[in-house]
Amino acid sequence: MDKLLEANNLTKRFSQGNVISRAILTAVDNINFYIKPAEIFTLAGESGCGKTTTAKMILGFEEVTSGQLLRNGEPQTDKEKAWITEGVQAIFQDPFSTFNPMRRVDAYFHETVYNFKLAKTKKDAIDWIDQKLQLVGLTYQDVAGKYPSEFSGGQLQRISIARALLTDPKLIIADEPVSMVDASLRMSIVNLFKQLRDELGVSILYITHDLATAYYVSDRIAIMFRGKIVEMGSVEDVLMNPRHPYSKLLRDSIPQADPNLRWDSRVTLAELEHEEYSRKGCRFAGRCPEVMDICKTVVPPDVRIDDVFVHCHLYEELEEA
Amino acid sequence: MAESKQVVLRTEHLKSFYILDMQGTQKVVKAVNDVNLEIYENEIYSIAGESGCGKTTLLKTLFNEIVPPQRLVDGKLYYRINSEEVDVTTFSAEEKRKLRMEYISYIPQGSMSVFNPVIKIKGTYEDFIGSHVEVKNRDEIFAIARERIQELGLPKNVLDVYPHQLSGGMRQRVTIALASSLNPQIMIGDEPTTALDVVVQRGVIQMLKDIQKKLKNTIIMVTHDMGVHANIADRIGIMYAGKIVEEAPTEKIFDMPLHPYTQFLINSLPKFGDKTMRESVPGSPPSLADLPTGCPFHPRCPHVKDICREKMPETIKVDAEHKVACWLVEEEFNG
Amino acid sequence: MKVLRDLFRDYRFTVSFVVLVFIVTMAVLSFFSPYDPTLWHVVPRDMPPSSEYVMGTDSNGQDIFWQATFAVRNSLIISLISGIVSRVIAILVGMIAGYKGGNIDRVLMFIGDSLLVIPLFLIFVMLAMMIREHMNLVTLGLMLAVFGWAWDARLIRSMVLSLRERDFTMTAILSGTGTLKLVIREYMPFTTPLIFSTLINNMSWAIGLEITLAILGLVNLNIPTLGTMLNWALFYQSILLGRWWWILTPVILSLLVFIALYWFSVSISEYLDPRTRIQRVGA
Ligand SMILES: Nc1ncnc2c1ncn2[C@@H]1O[C@H](COP(=O)(O)OP(=O)(O)OP(=O)(O)O)[C@@H](O)[C@H]1O
Ligand SMILES: Nc1ncnc2c1ncn2[C@@H]1O[C@H](COP(=O)(O)OP(=O)(O)OP(=O)(O)O)[C@@H](O)[C@H]1O
Ligand code: SF4
Ligand SMILES: [Mg+2]
Ligand SMILES: [Mg+2]
Repeated sequence: MDKLLEANNLTKRFSQGNVISRAILTAVDNINFYIKPAEIFTLAGESGCGKTTTAKMILGFEEVTSGQLLRNGEPQTDKEKAWITEGVQAIFQDPFSTFNPMRRVDAYFHETVYNFKLAKTKKDAIDWIDQKLQLVGLTYQDVAGKYPSEFSGGQLQRISIARALLTDPKLIIADEPVSMVDASLRMSIVNLFKQLRDELGVSILYITHDLATAYYVSDRIAIMFRGKIVEMGSVEDVLMNPRHPYSKLLRDSIPQADPNLRWDSRVTLAELEHEEYSRKGCRFAGRCPEVMDICKTVVPPDVRIDDVFVHCHLYEELEEA
Repeated sequence: MAESKQVVLRTEHLKSFYILDMQGTQKVVKAVNDVNLEIYENEIYSIAGESGCGKTTLLKTLFNEIVPPQRLVDGKLYYRINSEEVDVTTFSAEEKRKLRMEYISYIPQGSMSVFNPVIKIKGTYEDFIGSHVEVKNRDEIFAIARERIQELGLPKNVLDVYPHQLSGGMRQRVTIALASSLNPQIMIGDEPTTALDVVVQRGVIQMLKDIQKKLKNTIIMVTHDMGVHANIADRIGIMYAGKIVEEAPTEKIFDMPLHPYTQFLINSLPKFGDKTMRESVPGSPPSLADLPTGCPFHPRCPHVKDICREKMPETIKVDAEHKVACWLVEEEFNG
Repeated sequence: MKVLRDLFRDYRFTVSFVVLVFIVTMAVLSFFSPYDPTLWHVVPRDMPPSSEYVMGTDSNGQDIFWQATFAVRNSLIISLISGIVSRVIAILVGMIAGYKGGNIDRVLMFIGDSLLVIPLFLIFVMLAMMIREHMNLVTLGLMLAVFGWAWDARLIRSMVLSLRERDFTMTAILSGTGTLKLVIREYMPFTTPLIFSTLINNMSWAIGLEITLAILGLVNLNIPTLGTMLNWALFYQSILLGRWWWILTPVILSLLVFIALYWFSVSISEYLDPRTRIQRVGA
């Protein structure tokens, strides 16, 4: 099976704090996943579980502490950044800081077109840019000559998507690309992703909190919790029939767009989040409704049930031979 | 809810534009264009609308904080202070400052940046609250703050850490705790749960509801997540191109949306177990600097009629609580 | 020209601009001087100001006005050499250290910090004594430059360090922008006000230090500068002897230069400040 991108035991540790009290935080802990050509792969999970860090490692903006990233089966070395700009593009999480507040946003478009020789004349360049902007419901006129402060959050998010599309990349790392747009625009953006996948064979790493669009648009999904992938498989399996207790909690916490289905139970949130990172056994043990003794001391195994991976003691006996 | 509800915040033909000077030619972005609102005491009013339609601008205007290039062009903004309605648009900077935090507080979009990264959370609290509470010593401020923080289920020691040591969800909750610390009459939140995972989002919503129940005050908030609207709001206002085009109690918005834009909004929601193609609103959002004539939605509306292209529809009351600005509805109800 | 119109709205800018124009005009006038500044006894000694000798003459038999034009010119040259060379060092060191990080950063910052902790003034005195013979405008300017960049490099570095973490750096990289262009296009707008104000501050500092060294007699006293003029005036006890025109000329000129440079830097950096600039862009 050809894999466009593969992560093997990918790990990232940050050291936080000062000289006196140094704490090591394993933001991404031994994760394994792959993305096939023409596939939308979703990475979802808790805020601060290491999604952005994973994205940055793929993009080469963050050094890999240990583990490997393979592209088309070959190790990706630091030197080969060329692939990153041409073949991989990214949409960043915070649209307000994606563009330099002191520069006009169209400058980035012209620079990209120029640097990648996407057009011969100024007019071609503008046509090219306009064509990409129209995919996200904007025009060149809307953007030309303006500074980031003149746009709303959602507009910036869309501009950022259009910029990423300029080079016709093979893989797009989209870090919460729809967090600041309304439901209808959300659909037009994820429909655009679908179209890119189906018509142009583009793969997308879709990082999101919006599980409903994730279900709608993606092929496979990985749920992360505190640096670990706790469950991974097709969206139908994972979202329709979640197995890991955290996935279940996640699934139950999706607010239903129906005022008759308001929550009647309450959630407990982690008090000290960093504590969960340094927990010995399962990191969810402190909040898990199905916790067992073993969970507190032993790191759970990766259990495979059908085509789903679950990182949990509950399913140990079920593992297929 | 009781029949005679007290109005705490009211606007009359509120217009707030961005007036830009571009190489000699003036450009006017009509971000809040003739908005009439009546917001009651003890309710959660939430606003939905396309990105860039003016929601943040409306909230800033309601908070009475207008900095150039934004201008208040026309209209009135009334707060109910000490059971008396006052027009606050004419207030001096000092009078406005006094109302902040104590009467009305604001949780900005992307509120993570509220905190100064180099001082402890404590310091930010001191800055915000210190100028309002008459205290001889700072301890009293922190006693209040600690109490509130604990009530809201946050660990006591959050005051003693730096912002970067907290996760996004934590910071968001601390911001909300801060905004509610002086028991304001009105709290305004601009996408307070964006960028949070659904579990934390649920916690934040739970916290907002708890605060509202306890203080019996008013929360006005913007969010893009219709699920959040459904879960938290008493009433919903739908904004399109600087105008409130529909307003109704939550159930009605979901069960009987009347404005074509609202219908799109509700119908475009993806559902679990259903992967069929969902349509988004056709066309692209109008430019607020160059609005179409008549109803601003007409170029994208599937039901458009001749009159839609010519005249802006009046806001009509379908029933006591349901208001819509659309010719379609106008005809149906007024014959 | 909108820029200038905006700037002239600030009275500090207007005042300092006028004074600086005056100072620079003086420096330019030196090229038209009828006298050679290194020759003595070209005019009668110790004459008070008159129509013939606008600011009088000194005990060396030199015309004070024309001497002052050279002094201003030379002091400006020293400060410009010091200011510009040290700025180049500071920008290079600050940006490289900030952008590259790691060991390069550590080494560069170690050098910089060493310069900050050693007692600079003593070093200057020692160096000046050692190379007294070769002391001219350029060597003095360079000497000041070599020691005057450390603090500013640190400021630039910390700015770049925080800019590097902003997402727009990544956007620029993904747009295919090379490192050099990236630093210039993305970071320069933020660092320009800092570079500019530190340039001016460094120039004032260089002029001040030159004056100090000159008063101590540690520079070549035959080259007229604001400092050496003061040195000669003090040497001949011009205050005691009532030759006020001699001492006051360099004192007033120095004060004017200091104040003008200060206001110039404050008003321009306020104008260039990213925060107010973003507001203006939006306005
Ligand atoms: N440069 C850094 N130095 C130290 N710790 C960091 C750094 N960057 C991230 N972290 C920590 O690593 C963890 C994972 O962060 P990351 O940004 O990857 O989370 P995320 O999954 O993207 O969260 P969100 O959904 O809120 O965007 C967090 O606890 C964060 O505090
Ligand atoms: N400082 C400004 N100068 C000029 N135009 C502005 C400025 N701020 C906002 N606008 C414009 O005003 C309109 C409304 O912006 P606003 O931020 O209120 O939108 P919003 O409804 O909050 O959108 P979002 O959901 O994306 O946050 C947008 O079209 C935006 O481009
Ligand atoms: S007024 Fe007309 S154009 Fe506007 S929403 Fe109603 S039917 Fe559509
Ligand atoms: Mg993230
Ligand atoms: Mg907004």
